[in-house]
Amino acid sequence: MKGIRSPFVIRKTRQQHPLWRKRQPLLSQLDIELTERCNNNCIHCCINLPAANRSTRIRELDTTQWESILRQAADLGALTVRFTGGEPLLRKDFPDLYIIARKLGLKVLLFTNARLIDAKLAHLFIRIPPLERIEVTVFGLTRKSYETVTKVHGSFLEFQKGVRLLEENRIPFIIKGVYLPANADEVNQIEAWAAALPWMEHPPDFSLLMELRGRRDSPAKNRSLLKLRSSPETAVTFMRRHEKKNMPGMASFCERFVGIKGDILFSCGAGTGGCVDAYGRWQPCLSLRHPDLTYDLLKGSLEDALTRHFPTLKGMKAQNPDFLQRCARCFLRGLCEQCPAWSWSEHGNLDTPVEYLCQIAHAWAHHLGILAAGEKSWEIQDASQRIISWAKNRSSIQGNREGKSPGKK
Amino acid sequence: MKQDIDLKAIYVPSEDVVAREIEGELIIVPIVAGIGDGLDDLLTLNETGKAIWDQLIQKKQLSEIIELLKKQFKSAAEKIEQDVYGFVKELLKRGILKMQSPRS
Ligand code: SF4
Ligand code: SF4
Repeated sequence: MKGIRSPFVIRKTRQQHPLWRKRQPLLSQLDIELTERCNNNCIHCCINLPAANRSTRIRELDTTQWESILRQAADLGALTVRFTGGEPLLRKDFPDLYIIARKLGLKVLLFTNARLIDAKLAHLFIRIPPLERIEVTVFGLTRKSYETVTKVHGSFLEFQKGVRLLEENRIPFIIKGVYLPANADEVNQIEAWAAALPWMEHPPDFSLLMELRGRRDSPAKNRSLLKLRSSPETAVTFMRRHEKKNMPGMASFCERFVGIKGDILFSCGAGTGGCVDAYGRWQPCLSLRHPDLTYDLLKGSLEDALTRHFPTLKGMKAQNPDFLQRCARCFLRGLCEQCPAWSWSEHGNLDTPVEYLCQIAHAWAHHLGILAAGEKSWEIQDASQRIISWAKNRSSIQGNREGKSPGKK
Repeated sequence: MKQDIDLKAIYVPSEDVVAREIEGELIIVPIVAGIGDGLDDLLTLNETGKAIWDQLIQKKQLSEIIELLKKQFKSAAEKIEQDVYGFVKELLKRGILKMQSPRS
């Protein structure tokens, strides 16, 4: 029966068909951070708490509370739930929550370090497939590099065992990395491994920017995080690895998304979905934990948050003079990672420009040829014209490379 | 084709799928392995399939469904019968439908 052309049943793969003919449901995906606890203690982590932390565990929602949230998500039309953490597999009730979600007709996207994947869990994923590729983070390919990052003795062996179980049982998974001094010279090997995995559709993503602690709970950890950050130049060199392949897409991206957005704080999709933290507070996105912006699901509902609370975010305006002077007038905002979540973890408010991100955006724009050395993005007068000619120029270079004359389709 | 299908039977969605109606679209989400064609496929039905499905979930006998559809649609009676048989047969093979109980 597999692969048969059917007169009645239509396959809806995300790539081939738009799922909704008329309008989108109120909620399409819900992210759930099942726990902030983790069995690793990664040097770059912006969220983890110790696995055995009892007081944290007690505050976490229980199975019934999660079930109610999952049910609400399904009722609102969500098709996917993403379980993340911390390490979501640390929850003893993970298999129950997984089955509940799948039986509600949700696909499950699991973010994990793979250390707790055992034969029983692998069997569950075979019997009831998640319908999404599991995403495994790889911190290194040798025991030394891996455990330099995770700071847990024995974690590499467990990671290998977990991944082997996925591979042997052909449970679809993809890998992603974190670019750190400890594993910097293993990037090519990680990419080669990824290329050999049948489920990878493109090279693995690497986190590069090192966000500070989202709970603003550890100045000491923040200091070490700052030390791990690559210089803007190194970051740009790293981002250029697949430049040839990505450049045509980059030109149309710039044409569409780069532009002046004024004093609007949220120019992203925050609040159309979002992430429920381990204690039942719904954040407008995975990283934004500012208490004034989150919504307590124990006192309300997903529907109320989506229809009453989150829409107010759209109208929020920046007040910080530095933001108004720079970001509000900057045409690189679509290229820059500056956003309220970064401002919150770096500065404790929503509208302070993050210097590191600003430097990276400038270095990247300079490399692309959008900005000259020393130019400041917020001082450019002819920004839209500049982007249009830059994109035109890019496509004609691309056309010449492919042997076409410029302007010819 | 017809001999596998029991006209007096009631065919219902199996526990191996969840059928969800979202914004007017019927989405069939496989729960167990082996129902969809690919890794992350969801399934949906064409208009004919949807019309038959809407009757099936009301737990009607197949013969009753065929008679109802004949009244509802202008197509030739034989075409309607063929569609219902074809549909039920395919969904049984995929594990989306199961026979509930033969009524005689
Ligand atoms: S495995 Fe993930 S959640 Fe755990 S400490 Fe490392 S980065 Fe943080
Ligand atoms: S590049 Fe600088 S000025 Fe522009 S949005 Fe980013 S942080 Fe703000």
